[in-house]
Parts: sequence; C-alpha cells; structure tokens
Amino acid sequence: MTPEETQAFYARRAARSRVIGIVLAALAVLFFLLTVVRMGKH
Amino acid sequence: MQSVRITLPDVAGGAASDWRDYFQLLKPRVVALVVFTGAVGLIAAPGHIHPLIAFVAILAIALGAGAAGALNQWWEADLDIRMKRTASRPVPAGRIGAKSAFDFAMVTAVASVFLMQVAVGLFAAALLLASILFYVLIYTVWLKRRTPQNIVIGGAAGAFPPLIGWVAVTGNLAPLPILLFAIIFVWTPPHFWALAMFVQKDYANAGVPMLPLTHGNAETRRQIWLYSLGLVAVTLAPIAIHATGLLYAVLAVGLGAAFLWFAWGTYRNTADEPKQMKPEKRLFGYSILYLFFLFAGVAADAVIAR
Repeated sequence: MTPEETQAFYARRAARSRVIGIVLAALAVLFFLLTVVRMGKH
Repeated sequence: MQSVRITLPDVAGGAASDWRDYFQLLKPRVVALVVFTGAVGLIAAPGHIHPLIAFVAILAIALGAGAAGALNQWWEADLDIRMKRTASRPVPAGRIGAKSAFDFAMVTAVASVFLMQVAVGLFAAALLLASILFYVLIYTVWLKRRTPQNIVIGGAAGAFPPLIGWVAVTGNLAPLPILLFAIIFVWTPPHFWALAMFVQKDYANAGVPMLPLTHGNAETRRQIWLYSLGLVAVTLAPIAIHATGLLYAVLAVGLGAAFLWFAWGTYRNTADEPKQMKPEKRLFGYSILYLFFLFAGVAADAVIAR
C-alpha cells in the first residue's frame, strides 16, 4: 500500500471504531431506559 | 432455469471497509418502507404502548429487516456482481468481505430479535425471527434461483412488519393486521414484476428465473393485471369489515383505481425493449407511492378514531 492508502485505511478503521463505540453506548443507554420503563410497570 | 453459485473471495476482509458500506449492507431504502408499514401496524392497533417500547419495537423491526437484507446480499453476491443494478453493492464491489458481511448480518439479526424479546415480548420476537428466516431461507436461498414464483411466495417476508407492530401493542393478532399482511403480500408481485420487465436483461445475465424470462412479457403483463385486480379487492376488505374509516375508504378506492389504470397501461403495452416500457416504469414507481399512501390512510384513520 502507498502511504496515502495506508492513511486512508487507518482513517476508515478509526471512523468504524467510533461508530461501533457510539452504537454500543446508545445500546447501553437504551437498555438502561428500557429497564426503568419495564420496572415502572411492576 | 438454474444458476450456479460461485464463492467470492473475502477480498476486503473487514478491515478496509468504511462504516457507510455496512450501513448500505442493511438496504436502508427497503428498511424505510418496512419501518413505515411496521409503524402503521403499531399506530392502528388499539391500546396503549409506552413511547420508548414503541421506539424499540420499530428499531428492532428495522434491524431485523436490515439483517435479512444483509444476509440476502451475502448469499447473492455472485448474482449481484452480474447485474448492473446491484453490482456496486458493498459485497460484490469488494468493499466488504463475504465473511465480514455474514458476521455483521448475524450479529444484527440476533440483536434485533433479542431487543424485541426484551422490550416487547416473545410473540413479537418470534414473528420478527420468522420474517428474517422466511426472507433468508425460503426466499433468498430456496426460491429465488429456482422458480418464477419466487417473489409471490417470498413476498410474505415483507408483509410481516404490520403484524409485528400490531402485536407489539396488543400481544395478539386481529383481522386488520392480517389484512395489512395480505395487502403487502398481493402488492409484491405486480410491484416486482413491473421492475423485472424493464431490468430483465440483468436478471437473464444473473440466471434468476423471473417471470418475464420464463413465461414471456405478455404473460407477465397478464399476471400483473390479474394480481392488481386481486390487490384492489383485498384493499377493500378492511372497509367491508369496518376495521378502518372514511379516509382509508376514499384512499383505497381512489388509489386503487389509479393502480388499475397503470396496470391496464402495462397490460396493453406490447413492447419488448426496456426503453419502450414506460407503462411498466410508471407502475413500478406508482406502486411504492400507492403502498405508502394506503398505509398512511390506515394510520390516519386510527388516529382520527381516537
């Protein structure tokens, strides 16, 4: 790979990691809120 | 007519892929229509649902549909690469490796069903799982390469969302969501056959036995017309059983008349060249609007009635 391609490769990987992080954080918040709502029913 | 599957190499692995490629793998445009019909089932259902539970139910439907679409692209990469319409998809274009696509799709599928089970319940989760399995195993793996009836039977997979949305609220089924299922089921053949008419060279290249290739254009146009008659008849059923209101009745009759007009135009067309298939292109485009406004009518009527 050329240096430009290597840089683009790392940039894509970093962006993908950020998106995975955001999705996981959103899921954690979602499950917390779901627990609150469902426990509120009982 | 049967095609031979070829296994594509895992060219990109997963490391070189952009996150947008994974998003594309979920077929976002198809998911948008699926989410909409699921939301209509949810809105039309009598009873109360917590807004967060409703949001998660729709999210799970979207993820499930996206996962099914991703599994479909994983399995059909060898077909997609031979079709102009689909050759630029992430897997055939080599932007996502086959194994990465499969892993991503499976994780998303499991997550969607798990999310539905946790937030809503077992029945809705079971329906979501059934819709994913139906689309992937019955339609994609079994029927698509074997029979021109592929989209007739496979259409059932896309008809599940209103059922799931309804069950998320009520916990059980009723005549209206079953009729919404039937509407999408009968709508699918004329919708896809209209498309298959003007992209039939693509399907021929890929070896997919779509109806225009196996039975000719005239028979396909006849089937489109017959299914369109059936579709309009089914859309009148909710009115007959008083499950919807005046707005839906006006929309079903008006939009249905226009659908039949476009289908008749297709039936009367004798062209064999895609460039001369404007009636088919019009019917295909209109069929999407038709389903959207018809289902919007179901939801609006339910809101008005409250």
